[in-house]
Amino acid sequence: MLETVVQFALLCIAIAMLGLIYRLVKGPTVPDRVVALDALGINLIAVIALVSIILKTNAFLEIILLIGILAFIGTVAFSKYLEKGVIIERERNS
Amino acid sequence: MNVNAIADLFIAFFIIIGAFLSLVTAFGVIRLPDVYTRNHAASKSATLGVMSILIGTFLYFYLIEGHFNSRIILGIAFILVTSPVAGHLISRAAYNSGVELWEKSVQDDLKLSKQTAKKES
Repeated sequence: MLETVVQFALLCIAIAMLGLIYRLVKGPTVPDRVVALDALGINLIAVIALVSIILKTNAFLEIILLIGILAFIGTVAFSKYLEKGVIIERERNS
Repeated sequence: MNVNAIADLFIAFFIIIGAFLSLVTAFGVIRLPDVYTRNHAASKSATLGVMSILIGTFLYFYLIEGHFNSRIILGIAFILVTSPVAGHLISRAAYNSGVELWEKSVQDDLKLSKQTAKKES
């Protein structure tokens, strides 16, 4: 029973990722695309958790934390670039 | 009904809830009219959906495989803290880079307060 449930959930998440990819391609503005990318990264975490349930292994569970951190850093960098034009500001002496 | 069947039921419940919330995220991101409402859909329901799926995964490894994995709990806490912050940053960047609101939105208090601040200075 659990196997079927996990496969169904994986199907649902795949459909959700397809919808987010549609928004990533079509999105009229740049922040739309960044929102879609952020949600894609978050859904990828769920895919990894479900795949590690199906394969009955706990070798992939570090990747969950890793992708969470990378998605957050990427989103922060994108939003800082959109807002200020630079990601790492330079020290101004004058 | 032994203990494993009850554990299976709990895990299946959390995973189904999470998958449903992920679908809700996708439909919200496709159908809502402007970037702020889309961000509202994406940041909230994706966070709760993934947290619920991770709780299901943690329960699976703890109750069925007998393996306490603290990294999943750390991942849940991290996503709970960072995903709304990322949503806020993107929304603020969108407003400051001049993305228009939906044409049917009624009120824009931030614009008004910026105008008054400009007049006073």
